Amino acid sequence: MGEKLLFKGNEAIAEAAIRAGCRYYFGYPITPQNAIPEYMSRRMPEIGGVFLQAESEIAAINMVFGAGGSGVRAMTTTSSPGISLMQEGISYLAGAEIPCVIVNVMRGGPGLGGIQPAQSDYFQATKGGGHGDYSCIVLGPSTLQELAEFVFLAFELADKYRNPVIILTDGVMGQMMEPIEFPPEVDISKLSPKKWATTGAKGRKKIILKSLFLDPEELENHNLHLQEKYNRMQEEIKWEEMNVKDCDLLLVAYGTSARVSKRAVAVAKERGISLGIFRPLTLYPFPYNQLKEAVKNGRAKGILVVEMSLGQMIEDVKLAIEGIVPVGFYGRTGGVMPVVDEIIGKAENMLKEVM
Amino acid sequence: MEDIKKDKEIKTLEDVVTHYCPGCGHGTVHRLVADAIDRLGVREKTIGIAPIGCSVLIYNYLNVDFQEVPHGRAPAAATGIKRAQPDKVVFTYQGDGDLASIGTAEIVHAANRGENITVIFINNAVYGMTGGQMAPTTLLKQKTTTSPYGRNANIAGFPLRVCELLSSLDGVAYLERVSVSSPKNVMKAKRAIRHAFEVQLAKKGFSLVEVLSQCPMNWRMEPIDSVRWVDEVMSKTFPLKKFKDVEIS
Repeated sequence: MGEKLLFKGNEAIAEAAIRAGCRYYFGYPITPQNAIPEYMSRRMPEIGGVFLQAESEIAAINMVFGAGGSGVRAMTTTSSPGISLMQEGISYLAGAEIPCVIVNVMRGGPGLGGIQPAQSDYFQATKGGGHGDYSCIVLGPSTLQELAEFVFLAFELADKYRNPVIILTDGVMGQMMEPIEFPPEVDISKLSPKKWATTGAKGRKKIILKSLFLDPEELENHNLHLQEKYNRMQEEIKWEEMNVKDCDLLLVAYGTSARVSKRAVAVAKERGISLGIFRPLTLYPFPYNQLKEAVKNGRAKGILVVEMSLGQMIEDVKLAIEGIVPVGFYGRTGGVMPVVDEIIGKAENMLKEVM
Repeated sequence: MEDIKKDKEIKTLEDVVTHYCPGCGHGTVHRLVADAIDRLGVREKTIGIAPIGCSVLIYNYLNVDFQEVPHGRAPAAATGIKRAQPDKVVFTYQGDGDLASIGTAEIVHAANRGENITVIFINNAVYGMTGGQMAPTTLLKQKTTTSPYGRNANIAGFPLRVCELLSSLDGVAYLERVSVSSPKNVMKAKRAIRHAFEVQLAKKGFSLVEVLSQCPMNWRMEPIDSVRWVDEVMSKTFPLKKFKDVEIS
């Protein structure tokens, strides 16, 4: 690792992408992530890369399709309403197995919603979003250091699985500043060649990147192949545990909610309440077994899920826990942040009920 | 490895059975595109983008790399390919529903950026694959399955003239409307399509050839009547002409 640099989240995403070997960026302005395209528009020409402001998010994701299908590391970034527009393209990218990185700096919804941070696109990111049986790898960082590292990881996993990877972050992370040590720069010339890419049928048979299979059995087989790939992604599961074994109540949170939850654990400790945190880092694949094991091996009497939504990840938590302990919920939404005292208050109430 | 050794002999047009309906214009236009690619010797560095519609299966007929992208988005994907591989030949093949309805934003902006790509635009005045519904290019009074009383301008607006629309854009290098209704028109179309690729090879910017193409099946006509309809009716709304052509030095 190199020197520590003070970076704003959005600019860290852009710089990390460049250092991870991305030379093709396509995007459309939307708050609160505009610093990313602005940064890219300055930096890409300096390093012989391509920055292109697309006419829409729909066009941006399809430009990513074309470039990703050409075998290069390509990315786009946007915020919630923009992701909705990209869903068609993401489904096609997943169907045609084209790697790319998509960053969603989430804001409140539905509809135009607002421009303040939220986590209400969890379902959309982790459960498909577009049509068809497909999944994207989804990463949920909590610090800017993690955010920068996940940009590298995202490009690596996208290439490894030939699949879109989504980084699910929010307006808080995009706008805040923290010191970052970027991972070592990726040497593009040393990346494995992508023999499946459409680079011209020279000395080989033609390559067709497509998602159309008119024969139902062929399409079923294609889906089974994709499913087998998604199953293999289980080995990429990442999570973090803090005071999981010895807590009375376990908080489960990701991203910005996990930052607030960590503070809640520290404040609760001063008040004599023992809380722990289980923090999923991969939101797809979700650490179902790991969470269940953590609860089975610890003494937590219940779980409190903390989100900046009205309850989305909680469904995965419930699937993981299979009813072995009660699962409660605390969430703020629409751009309102979770509050430490409210988390502790909810935790106290839950503990009264379960103990 | 056998076919690699004989690569010089590989032709762009595949030796396969067509799935297109009798009398359809796609087969002719596929052949003209293949011929242009062969004559320019660019088969090994060409990447096509297939549309959504009957001609999504164009990749079964042309022996070049292909990407298949969402309905109307071909010019955006072509942009991504061309920016990543500026020395390759990139073309889209799009129908009127794809290019002139759902994909109007993408075609206008690719043209306006002067993207150095070639667009082959098939205008047959109906949605073919879905069964003959009204297209943006459907003529006034023309009956389709969704304009059963004939296209009424008060309800459905007017036939969209793509070449006329794009001709005001500074990024456009070459624009021509042709048809494949007769041997003479096919020869003109052949020259136009080849020229469009030449414009791209000369890095002059955006080139588009609109081909008025017959769809006897959905027009409920005999093939011979359908080509006559192109000449006598369709060409009145969509005049065959060259709209723009930059000098290739």
